[in-house]
Amino acid sequence: MPGKLKAKIVAGRHLPVMDRASDLTDAFVEVKFGNTTFKTDVYPKSLNPQWNSEWFKFEVDDEDLQDEPLQITVLDHDTYSANDAIGKVYIDIDPLLSSEAATVISGWFPIYDTIHGIRGEINVLVKVDLFNDLNRFRQSSCGVKFFCTTSIPRCYRAVMVHGFVEELVVNEDPEYQWIDRIRTPRASNEARQRLISLMSGELQRKIGLKVLEMGGNAVVGYLQCFDLEGESGLVVRAIGTACTLDKISNTYAPASAINPCNSSPSKDTKDSPQAVPSALGCRSTHSSPVHSASSRLSQGFSVSVPTLLFAGMGSGGSAGKEAGPLKALLRQQTQSALEQREFPFFTLTSFPAGFLLHVGGVVSARSVKLLDRIHNPDEPETRDAWWEEIRQEIKSHAKALGCHAVVGYSESTSICEEVCILSASGTAAVLSSRFMQDGALDMDHRFEDLAPPGCGFCHIPYDELNMPFPAQLTYCHCCRRFKVPDVLFTTIDLPTEANVTGKGCLIQARLCRTKKKAQGEGNATAISNLLPFLEYELHTQLMNKLKLRSMNALFGLRIQISIGENMLLGLASATGVYLTPLPSPGGIQIAGKTPSDITYEQHISNMQKKINDTIAKNKELYEVNPPELVEEVIGSPIPEPRQRSRLFRSHSESSDEVSELDLSHGKKDAFVLEIDDTDAVEDIHSLLTDAPTPPGFYSCNTEIMPGIYNWTSALQMFTSVRVFRLSNVNLTNQGLNKVFNDLCENLLKSLYFKLRSMVPCCLCHLNFTVAVPEDELIQVAVTAVAMSFDKEQTLENGRQSCDKTLMKAITENEEQLQFPLELTAESSSNPLSSAKGLSEVSGALPSARAPSVDYSSFTDRCSSWIEQLRLKAHTIRRGSIKTMSSLEKASPLPEGRSRSLRSNRSYAGGSVAVVKMTPLSFIPGTKIIKYLGIINMFFIRETTSLREEGGVSGFLHSFIAEVFAMVRAHVAALGGNAVVSYSMKECVFMENPNKNQAQCLINVSGDAVIFVRESELEATPPQPQSASTQTSSSGEGT
Amino acid sequence: MTMELDVFVGNTTIIDEEVYQLWLDGFSVADAVKMRLENGALGECEVSGEVLHSDTMDQYRTFQMCERLLHCPSKLANQLLFQIPAHHQAMLIERYYEFDHMFAREVLGKKLSKGTKKDLDDISSKTGIALKSCRRQFDNFKRVFKVVEELKGPLAENVQHHFLLSDLLAKDYAAVVFFANSRFETGKKKLQYLSFQDFAFCACQLISYWTVGAVDNMMDDMDVDLEKEFLHDLKDLKVLVNDKDMLDQHKSLVCSQLRGRIRVFTEMEANFKNLSRALINIASKLTNTKDVRDLFIDLVEKFIEPCRSDKWTAGDLTLFLTHYTSTASTLETYRYQVIWERYMGVVKSCILKMYHD
Repeated sequence: MPGKLKAKIVAGRHLPVMDRASDLTDAFVEVKFGNTTFKTDVYPKSLNPQWNSEWFKFEVDDEDLQDEPLQITVLDHDTYSANDAIGKVYIDIDPLLSSEAATVISGWFPIYDTIHGIRGEINVLVKVDLFNDLNRFRQSSCGVKFFCTTSIPRCYRAVMVHGFVEELVVNEDPEYQWIDRIRTPRASNEARQRLISLMSGELQRKIGLKVLEMGGNAVVGYLQCFDLEGESGLVVRAIGTACTLDKISNTYAPASAINPCNSSPSKDTKDSPQAVPSALGCRSTHSSPVHSASSRLSQGFSVSVPTLLFAGMGSGGSAGKEAGPLKALLRQQTQSALEQREFPFFTLTSFPAGFLLHVGGVVSARSVKLLDRIHNPDEPETRDAWWEEIRQEIKSHAKALGCHAVVGYSESTSICEEVCILSASGTAAVLSSRFMQDGALDMDHRFEDLAPPGCGFCHIPYDELNMPFPAQLTYCHCCRRFKVPDVLFTTIDLPTEANVTGKGCLIQARLCRTKKKAQGEGNATAISNLLPFLEYELHTQLMNKLKLRSMNALFGLRIQISIGENMLLGLASATGVYLTPLPSPGGIQIAGKTPSDITYEQHISNMQKKINDTIAKNKELYEVNPPELVEEVIGSPIPEPRQRSRLFRSHSESSDEVSELDLSHGKKDAFVLEIDDTDAVEDIHSLLTDAPTPPGFYSCNTEIMPGIYNWTSALQMFTSVRVFRLSNVNLTNQGLNKVFNDLCENLLKSLYFKLRSMVPCCLCHLNFTVAVPEDELIQVAVTAVAMSFDKEQTLENGRQSCDKTLMKAITENEEQLQFPLELTAESSSNPLSSAKGLSEVSGALPSARAPSVDYSSFTDRCSSWIEQLRLKAHTIRRGSIKTMSSLEKASPLPEGRSRSLRSNRSYAGGSVAVVKMTPLSFIPGTKIIKYLGIINMFFIRETTSLREEGGVSGFLHSFIAEVFAMVRAHVAALGGNAVVSYSMKECVFMENPNKNQAQCLINVSGDAVIFVRESELEATPPQPQSASTQTSSSGEGT
Repeated sequence: MTMELDVFVGNTTIIDEEVYQLWLDGFSVADAVKMRLENGALGECEVSGEVLHSDTMDQYRTFQMCERLLHCPSKLANQLLFQIPAHHQAMLIERYYEFDHMFAREVLGKKLSKGTKKDLDDISSKTGIALKSCRRQFDNFKRVFKVVEELKGPLAENVQHHFLLSDLLAKDYAAVVFFANSRFETGKKKLQYLSFQDFAFCACQLISYWTVGAVDNMMDDMDVDLEKEFLHDLKDLKVLVNDKDMLDQHKSLVCSQLRGRIRVFTEMEANFKNLSRALINIASKLTNTKDVRDLFIDLVEKFIEPCRSDKWTAGDLTLFLTHYTSTASTLETYRYQVIWERYMGVVKSCILKMYHD
């Protein structure tokens, strides 16, 4: 009996009217944990009940504490019939179980109903008393910290990185149980929400146990997913990286100075860059793309899909002779450390300095499974075996790249009816043993000296003579000592120390392929036959777009394949950059197959010109101007042999005759695009139709954008969802592609337009999710954050628009305690002008931890509030001469009596604390001082009055807003003021317009934190406040 | 091939003031998109109609969801659904409650009932304000009226406390509420030349000087009704025209003051008794509710029109009223100075405000 959970129900507000006769509600609350339920008294006839209950105490096992959520149900008492439920609040008490996280949960929570949405708010206090449990065989893992952040959290130091942890639990989906036929949609939704909450708790507890076994105390990069398999069950699975973290006591360099080193390549060029024979731009481990090795598992059907290794690959390894023996030794050491692990995988995407040594390239594996062939669907064994198989494949791919570890690792699924694609991907890498075993620190340091931090990770980890695929290697342009590949693809974030030229940009490859409708094995085979083509073409598109932007590396690569009944969608997103150590990419050359026709040639040369123009434009836009001159002067006097890498389209198998034609332009290697059929023309068109980002905007899907440092505090996290219905015309692949491409492009355009007031700004962590919810529907969901930054010019140019000034003023004055109340009470007769002169009432949060629970509201809100205003009016009357005098002027009458109005308006914002949300692991200009725990929430919303709620858009709009509100409320109740590493992992939307119905499931996660502004940290303690003291909320843009 | 669903939700609710105004003005989404395209206010961003349509839809949805909260502005500050910066909250509220003076002029003095609401389409076609917008403005009047009607304390401040409006707007609302409560006649043809501002000014005067709250700040005052006692006392002023000596004396005092200082001296001298009688009669009748309602029409018919036909200038009128008031106080036998000044102060400023074409 190691824990006591205490809950107190304080009050409610804004409750809905439940009794039509009186326009009031007789509300009471049920508090449930496990199988114990307590009730408050009925608070009659009020929409703002004050229960002020006793402390309800639950004596429970800590195992339950981890698994179960606290369930709060608000009901309307009805004497004659059954009590009506108003709504529920689920509170995850996990953050209270770790000594370093939150100590109390206290605040206003939205009361949520799966049919009606948010219906008022409830104020709750929750505490936990934990007793020490010394039992070695315990089933709980209280105290293990979880982080969604895929890097070492900002106020911790990594002592050890233990490695991969995974777990999977299965249950029957309540939506598919027999009982679902007789219960209400509300009951069914609630059963599902509760079950998932329980399963997440259990999963977290089990992973925690594994971490404790490994000797760790935290899970970083915790990624939890749901698979709604339908009939066969509901799977909740999670992966993460077990670590031992140490809290950094105080001083810690602020995280805002990102990527400080953007230095030019080092000049000590000893060797001349050696020319390497030309190679294919795209490499794949399989010779023919149609090589589907289908293997059958004992239970059920399975097709394992041949995997592509996207590598641009590195050099290094054998090249540096001096470093050879030492390096080999080190490698052995690390290898042995890693070999003890079953899977040397890391879900981290950025690493402590010196951890990541070399990057090989992207490794990925996919497999197609049939869900209706699972023998024992209620047990996790089959799924465990599936994932095991995929992980083994990833591991062997990494080995083939000369790497012993996989970083930036993630897993995902796509399910359509009974077919399920399991995917895993990561980046093969060589890691330092520093964080993996004790000792050897000394050697590490020496090793670090050998590999410069700015380029070391680019050096190839595999043996040059024994390359897993044909690659074109050159000497590193920074250190000139080790070999680097010509292109590098990774799933990780750009290392902060990397040498980058210019800025980066979002690169997306989009592809749609039709598929015949089929059932069972036939369907699975058809899908697995299509997959290699899909991946190959996505890769081709990525390569082309990368070249078009004159860049040579991709970070944060994420390839999503989604299956529908009659189509397959592929979306690859990544952030392209120009890595200084890697060679400059050549241009793109178009080649025609039939050079006889003059008009045709004309056409080709036109296109060539367009492409060249675009490349030139992009170079300027992204400031990609590598120091070519230096290279040529110091470089080898031997002219580089003309090189050409050819880009093959999957249809057109290699055609050797083209290589006879000399089409390369300039001195650089050129990519040759062959136009052998109309498809190719389309491809080139699509290549060029990607609209450039409007001026002032940048975009990336990684955490940081190279080349931008001076972020302001203005940030705006957003989610945008679009569903596109294809008409039932039979579409060709090309047609589909265009539709899909336009959908994504238009979505981006819309985002740029909406966020135009934030310019100059960068959309970071642009995370696209695609799905095929129904036959003819394509769904795209985006979550990202827009962050403003200062350009030196913009600062000096002064502020043009009034609006901007206001925004700026407010953000800049955030730290000031009092914002001047300027009420322009000109006696102007035009009230429109009065609107313009609106008082800029904006106070500031007096301290960082201002998520104030508004206790004043426990008493009669309205009257107390007026009282407050009165008081304030009084102080202002005394305090501010300015306001008074202007008002006197305004009054045309001699002071008969002083009845002029005081500038006593307040927006009473003090009661709702601002909570910032961001998908990034940091907030610019701030320091995270405490992690309060993981936020992992799952909501279902259903409606049977779709039209009345404003159609599907209205329905989803309010649901997403509600989800945000609930996340913010939970964070504020934990005492936090921000969510970092926020992500919307699931957004399943189903509709039936004919029945006027729709349902949506959303799963979100993130880390609740407390941050303080860096300026506040340095500043002297706040000066005493002047007369009028009430705080109003700060008007900052979040 | 259609966009089935298209939403954008920000953690901080994005509000475009221009679109908000279009929404308030009652434009449909299609019209709003057209206006935005025409306005070209989008600056350098080259955007298609599609993007604009999507953005406008998002904004309209947001406003619709916010509307419920705007009905009780204090809720906007402590609701959790939308995270709106304080300055935007203020803007949302202020703009929502702003009204067209043209519209207000039409409704002024009318009962804020369902019957009047039915006439809104007439007002809409007369003023050119979209019916939707008329409905919003009317509902705002009604809502504010209902809340402050029974409240104690200064009217404008009550409005401000409950609806978080700016000073000026709160004062305008006080006027609307005051007129609706006392049902002053404003619709007569002769009053058509008066603007909402004219009436709002008069209302402000009446509220400040003639209501219960005007006398004693400390009392639990009701700003909505005129002080009964004061109206009753006004009957006493009759002596000023009924007592022949006093009338003559008053006239000669005024004439001596104004001789040579106003252009219409002869007309004034000839008309003095009529004008004085008019003002005093209006005062003495104010005990009847019906006559209170007719206050403005009486002022126009009995005083303003005669002056206008004699071509008085505003300056003439000011001088006349000033001295008319002050000299009466110097009459030895006149004992009602306090009431007199309280009455004349308001009547004077009202007349001066109303004296224009």
